[in-house]
Amino acid sequence: MTRLDAQIRYATVAASAETQAVHTPAGDAANVIEARDLSVFYGSFCAVRSVTLPVRRNKITALIGPSGCGKSTLLRSFNRMNDRVPGSRVEGSVLFHGQNLYAPNVNVVDVRRRIGMVFQKPNPFPKSIYENVAFGPRINGWRGSKSQMDELVEAALRRAALWDEVKDKLKQPGTALSGGQQQRLCIARAIAVQPEVILMDEPCSALDPIATLKIEDLMQVLKQDYTIVIVTHNMQQAARVSDYTAMMMMRPDRAGEMIEMDETGIIFSRPRDKRTQDYVSGRFG
Amino acid sequence: MSTLNIPMKRQRARSAGDILIRAVLFAAANISVFTTIGIVLALATDTLSFFAEVPLWRYLTETQWTPLFANQKFGVWPLVTATFLTSLIAMLVAIPFGLLIAIYLSEFASPRVRAVLKPLIEILAGVPTVVYGFFALIVVTPFLKQFIPQLSAFNSLSAGLVMGVMIIPLVASLSEDALSAVPDALREGAFGLGATRFEVATRVVAPAALSGIAAAIVLALSRAVGETMIVAIAAGQNPQLTLNPTVPVMTMTSYIVQVSLGDTPYGSLSYKTIFAVGTTLFALTFVMNILSFRFVRRFREVYE
Repeated sequence: MTRLDAQIRYATVAASAETQAVHTPAGDAANVIEARDLSVFYGSFCAVRSVTLPVRRNKITALIGPSGCGKSTLLRSFNRMNDRVPGSRVEGSVLFHGQNLYAPNVNVVDVRRRIGMVFQKPNPFPKSIYENVAFGPRINGWRGSKSQMDELVEAALRRAALWDEVKDKLKQPGTALSGGQQQRLCIARAIAVQPEVILMDEPCSALDPIATLKIEDLMQVLKQDYTIVIVTHNMQQAARVSDYTAMMMMRPDRAGEMIEMDETGIIFSRPRDKRTQDYVSGRFG
Repeated sequence: MSTLNIPMKRQRARSAGDILIRAVLFAAANISVFTTIGIVLALATDTLSFFAEVPLWRYLTETQWTPLFANQKFGVWPLVTATFLTSLIAMLVAIPFGLLIAIYLSEFASPRVRAVLKPLIEILAGVPTVVYGFFALIVVTPFLKQFIPQLSAFNSLSAGLVMGVMIIPLVASLSEDALSAVPDALREGAFGLGATRFEVATRVVAPAALSGIAAAIVLALSRAVGETMIVAIAAGQNPQLTLNPTVPVMTMTSYIVQVSLGDTPYGSLSYKTIFAVGTTLFALTFVMNILSFRFVRRFREVYE
């Protein structure tokens, strides 16, 4: 999508993520993202090994597996965040509505605008709460009025279930909020640019159980409008929130293999692979 | 402490060494404090005896500075404006170039390029200022004269420009440190929203490093205000109240050099003027440092 399209979308005012852009999908129409035989290397180290993984629209897909198995790398390859790592390299493809994100003509800035990200540690900018949310639209060519921006900020904060807590202190720094509030602010910041997909890299690992629960509830609401991929170390969390679960595994000599993917209920009750069974039942990892 | 079951002898030995080290460190820390106090006292005595003869209002209201002439005038403003003018020109060069270099090094350069470039830029800071002064006088001024025919042989323009070049490494190096200290998580957050490298650098990283950058700028300004050799050589020895950068002027530092090197009799009123000017210079930089300290504290972002 071009900057101009983005402007037009913004001009039609906030929070209309329902207006999904029309595309001509090459593969399964239900798949927003599809990794095909994807391998990611850091130098000569292979962090993700020939993974093929569909991400279905308006579903939550969880990536689970022991530390170092390549979950985060896989997630970060979906919006080309790994490009920032010197020496990283990709083989295979990641299809986004059938288009390979790693094709030479793809604009990485557009990719990241349409595939947003929430990080492990809340990372609000050292700006006001309002400016944190307004930042994304501003850099993406927002041309609306001040009151339209107010509406957009409010809509994003409402969707992130944060509005009631911060509506009286929008001018205060985002960094002054509690950890859970900061993370919801980061979610609001991500949805303010109206992405189609939200990637979440262990979004609750720095939060207490109550804040975690709030984020999980929020995800259930958000998936009506967005497609979500979440990396988590928390088995209960994966079981609670996700529709599909992909299990990744590492061995001493090789990391980054995806050993199975299925509906979450199946992965947690009767997985095909013995290693998945052991992992989800807490026998190792 | 005695509730801990540790042999007393060993504990005493340790605390004796502890006290000694503390004392040495405390003394070291105090050297700079006492030096500052000593400088203030040395300045103060002669400054006070100067103002006993020349009232402060004359110092602050007269517009001419001619303490070495028969008709003595003691208006400090020609010296202050000259210092202000050369410093302003220097900062107009040093801040934009210094910041651009810092942003390039911190946000755009590959690690390999940075490893080569940063030391190279810092070498610029090692060039003696007398060389810069000489360079301003015999290279920059003749060069500028081609475009500005009325430019005097001594002028604040080329002195200020060259002083700015001298200060670039200071601004660049300190600002680069401040930018590099901004956590990468903030960059990732911005990239994740579809920000370009330039937007990340200018709208997230630079604002987050604002206090460090401000500190760098104030330090650079103090350096410019206190810089002596370049202005003494290239800006002239002619105290006049002007903001025209093409004519010779005399900064506070140049004046102190002139009197210190000249045959002004020790203890005379003319001699005491340099203490008054020195105190003024000291007060200016002191106020600047306090303001910057407040500013830095006000805008500091604390990262884990």
